[in-house]
Amino acid sequence: MKLLDVKLGQLPTWLAMRDFTPGGIGGALRRGYERYYNKYINVRKGGLGGISMVLAGYVVISYMWSYSHLKHDRRRKYH
Amino acid sequence: RALCPSPPAAPALLRSLRPAASVGVLHVARQIHTSQQHLAPVPPLPEKGGEVRHGLIPEEFFQFLYPKTGVTGPYMLGTGLLLYFLSKEIYVVNHETVAAACILSVIIYGIKKYGADVAAFADKLNEEKIAKALAIKNDAIRDLETAIEQEKKEQWRVEGRSYLFDAKRNNIAMLLEANYRERLLTVYNEVKKRLDYQVAMQNLKQQKEQDHMIQWVEKNVVQSITPQQQKDSIAKCISDLKALSKSAQVAV
Repeated sequence: MKLLDVKLGQLPTWLAMRDFTPGGIGGALRRGYERYYNKYINVRKGGLGGISMVLAGYVVISYMWSYSHLKHDRRRKYH
Repeated sequence: RALCPSPPAAPALLRSLRPAASVGVLHVARQIHTSQQHLAPVPPLPEKGGEVRHGLIPEEFFQFLYPKTGVTGPYMLGTGLLLYFLSKEIYVVNHETVAAACILSVIIYGIKKYGADVAAFADKLNEEKIAKALAIKNDAIRDLETAIEQEKKEQWRVEGRSYLFDAKRNNIAMLLEANYRERLLTVYNEVKKRLDYQVAMQNLKQQKEQDHMIQWVEKNVVQSITPQQQKDSIAKCISDLKALSKSAQVAV
């Protein structure tokens, strides 16, 4: 069952049902990739949004990973 | 617009189907082709991808917030989040912000100016690929149709088999007849030769006997003429001749 259909109280049960083996995780990654690919890239007239969303996600993730360095550029007296 | 490489979507569908029984046991019937999914004909590619607004946010997000907040909801959310990040300095404004602003402005200017041309070019490339594949498919279909017609013609030809066999049978019968008559003629000739030989033999024998008999009779007759008889016969002949000459003289 999909994550959006799970009620909040059933979340731990649902998490326990998932397949956390390496094969399962790999399968989940593959499914996610195929969903994105078939929706935005594998079409006759693809648009800019297909790759720009991937790049924007990369920008956001790299900002999050380098936040500990950027903390020192904040405008405050005591860091 | 992005050019489309070809993804393994169909094998993914296949991978999600598992065989019903274990593969090692051969005599257990395996359920094959029980689902409704088929590989052919391959479903065509969708025309357009998922809608993305401002190149960054999928349309589903706007539709998700529309019932509760109307049209301006996501924009309000975006503005609020932006101000929150700026004020709490979760997003830090430093030299990189200036660089990002310059880069983004150049990128957006380039996209707005040349986007349509690049899209048309990419579409043309795709069209050529599709046209080539379609041409190959049409050629293959035409070849197969020609092959089908040829096959039908061959099947029609098979119906004429009986005529062919009748003609061949007639030929063979004629050959046999001719051969039989030839041999009959040979036999007749041989028999005639032998019979002719026998007839010739008989004739020869008869002739020989006749000749021999005549000769023997003549010989005996000549032998039986004694000299006295010869003198008598000669005198008689002379007297007959005299009488005849006398009668002839008288007649003249």
